[in-house]
Amino acid sequence: MARVLVLFAHPRLEKSRANRSLLRHLPQIDGLTFRDVYEHYPDFNIAVAAEQALLLAHDIIVWHHPLYWYNTPPLVKQWIDMVLSFGWAYGPGGDALRGKAIFHVLTTGGAEAAYQLDGFHGSTLGQFLLPLERTMRLCGMDWLPPFTVHGTHVMTEAELDRHGALYHRLLKGLVAGSLRPDELHGHATLNAALGGLPLEGARE
Amino acid sequence: MTGGFLADAVVYLAAAVVCVPIAKRLGMGSVLGYLLAGIVIGPFALGFIGEEGKDIMHFAEFGVVMMLFLVGLELEPAKLWRLRRTILGVGSAQVLITAAACAAAVVAIGLDWRAAVAVGLALSMSSTAIALQSLKEKGLMGTTGGQSSFAVLLFQDIAVIPILALLPLLATAHLAAAAASAAAGADGGYGSQSDAGHGATLIGHLPGWMQTLAVLGAVAAVIVLGRFVIVPILRVIARTRLRELFTATALLIVVGIALLMQMVGLSPALGTFLAGLVLATSEFKHELESDLDPFKGLLLGLFFMGVGASIDFHLIGAAPLRIALMTVGVIAIKLAVLYGIGRAVRLSMDQNLLFSIGLAQVGEFAFVLLAFIAQLGLLDPAWTGTLMAVTALSMALTPLLQLLNERLIQPHLGSCPQAVERDDDEIVDDHNQVLIAGFSHFGSTVGRFLRANGVDATLLDHDSDRVDLLRKFGFKVYYGDATRFDLLQAAGAGNARILICAFDDLESTQKLVETVHKNFPHLKLLIRTRHRADAYEILDLGVDPASIYRQHLDTSVRLGVDALLHLGHRAYTAHRAGQSFLRQDEEAMWKIAPTRHDLQQYISSVREQIALQEELFKADRQSDPARGDHAWDSQVLRDVLGRPAAG
Repeated sequence: MARVLVLFAHPRLEKSRANRSLLRHLPQIDGLTFRDVYEHYPDFNIAVAAEQALLLAHDIIVWHHPLYWYNTPPLVKQWIDMVLSFGWAYGPGGDALRGKAIFHVLTTGGAEAAYQLDGFHGSTLGQFLLPLERTMRLCGMDWLPPFTVHGTHVMTEAELDRHGALYHRLLKGLVAGSLRPDELHGHATLNAALGGLPLEGARE
Repeated sequence: MTGGFLADAVVYLAAAVVCVPIAKRLGMGSVLGYLLAGIVIGPFALGFIGEEGKDIMHFAEFGVVMMLFLVGLELEPAKLWRLRRTILGVGSAQVLITAAACAAAVVAIGLDWRAAVAVGLALSMSSTAIALQSLKEKGLMGTTGGQSSFAVLLFQDIAVIPILALLPLLATAHLAAAAASAAAGADGGYGSQSDAGHGATLIGHLPGWMQTLAVLGAVAAVIVLGRFVIVPILRVIARTRLRELFTATALLIVVGIALLMQMVGLSPALGTFLAGLVLATSEFKHELESDLDPFKGLLLGLFFMGVGASIDFHLIGAAPLRIALMTVGVIAIKLAVLYGIGRAVRLSMDQNLLFSIGLAQVGEFAFVLLAFIAQLGLLDPAWTGTLMAVTALSMALTPLLQLLNERLIQPHLGSCPQAVERDDDEIVDDHNQVLIAGFSHFGSTVGRFLRANGVDATLLDHDSDRVDLLRKFGFKVYYGDATRFDLLQAAGAGNARILICAFDDLESTQKLVETVHKNFPHLKLLIRTRHRADAYEILDLGVDPASIYRQHLDTSVRLGVDALLHLGHRAYTAHRAGQSFLRQDEEAMWKIAPTRHDLQQYISSVREQIALQEELFKADRQSDPARGDHAWDSQVLRDVLGRPAAG
């Protein structure tokens, strides 16, 4: 049994078909907390104490957001700057997050093939995420590969549902303890660690 | 002079109106202007006034009493306590050393030692009227030099009482007895202080311990009255909203306390100073200040004219060299002693010059003391007359010396490297940087916000009940009409940086804006207005549009944003929509402003703006790529990329 916190950041969810679809597949179970940070902090004035208390109350942190310009939406950076404070998350005495697992759930408009060394963007997603990885590792957290949904611009509803189902399985497994963070290392993505997309039409 | 009251008034007023602006224009300050006016209308020039000049002075010296009340109002007990060492140390050193030096000097020119001690003490006094008036006029009260000057003057005020008690001991026993009985009626016309300690008091016939009790009782009475009687009375008077009644009450307080002090033989100036201190922490501080200030100014002006008129030019003419030498000698001795003391307490060069030159004259107390010394038979009339002339001349010379200091000496001190470190502890200037005029709900919210962020504001409000309430909650609120120049001045508008105008009504706001533009152009004005129409009126006064705040604008948009949230809109999108709306609305408002006087054009312009706004926001909703923004909107990308490739 692990407590999972999904921190969701989308500055314009009403315009995002892919993320609305993914959110529909969130399991409604005990042990999973969903927090929509743009709904909480439209003025970017983050309540640091409340965020830190939430982090302390969970074992696995999930950052769910689209990838914009190879980066997070701006509020995620604001959150990192304010919440991961010196002496709490890092530095002397800063071990509040030590041992917690963290991974990102990313949606990208471009195809998976574009995020390869010989692809359109010339780098892998892991390379683009390096600053985030270093940040979380500096805080003593266990950095897991991202869960990715590529090619959302051209995806059909059925394909989105299949990604949603995999996402559902991931979160449910983590909460139940059937999936353990330390077993998920060694793959480029968590999608691969789970053995890829379920068959078409399969529903969880 | 036989023209009666009106003719006298015309002479004095005309002299002041002619001479003071000229003196000011020449950079000499008003004191010298009044003195010159006095000389001109005095018996030795135009001869408009003769001997009655001394009676005028007697009356006008009440200006000094009033000035000390105002000084007390500005000082507050806590500040006085901080100054205690300066008052006792610097004050006593000045009086004792100067008295000794002057006494030695007059012994050298042939006076008996007893007379010399008496004269020395008289000459050690400086002029509170001249020194404080010029410090205030130049805004130098808060400097270290100004504070030291004030400390010395206050000590002299207190010292007069024991000196008057001491002088009879210097005279032989039977002379003293004769003099004491004469003192009552013979105070020559100079002075509210002249009655101090002697036969003229109601308690003079009582035994010593009872006199002491009466004196202590009177001091306690002033404190208790100030705290528990005067303030409640002022509240009642303020509620009547009759300004002249408030002024009358203020005058009654000062005159009443002066009378009480005279009855027990204390200096009225000291008594009113004490009352001022007690009232300094009340909400009526600035209102009292602004109401009494003109009276003080006029009375002091009259006093200076009296000094000018009383300079006996016949006496000076008979022995010009002797009197000139004595005047220069006295000033030189006082200057040297003061400068030495200034060095000892580590005043910097420029502050020390301000201090020593400002106090180098012989003051109005000397008239009182000299008259008393003469009655005691310690000094013959010729000497008395000479010393009185020296005193008057030294007072007349002070503004000239100050002018010399300002124009010729101070400019060279700017880069003076040996200037000693300033002693910051005693700079007493707590004027806040922010004034808030009108402390209704709007103003109080602004005030609370600023206070929460460590910015204390001086608050002015015209509703005495509200002032009362807010003071109970610990706000520093003052009662008064903040559109008046004198109240703003008293509240420290000259030193503040920001004035927040939070009045409910347009008329007061307009008045305040005009007063500030005229008198305090350095103040940054931030103005609350009720609505668009008021905002345009304020804009017409030449106020920066960015400093005008329509009171309901932000709140209504915030409410609108929340309404969108309740309808299920995303918070961040609604938030941005609100911010954009505010910006659009302000921009549109100022765009219309220049055309609004032309009604026809205004209507079309407003319509245009409404149309523009509608269009802009429709565009924002639809995220039209050509207008508004579509950041983070993948729909647009999908429309371009997705359709052909879907599948």
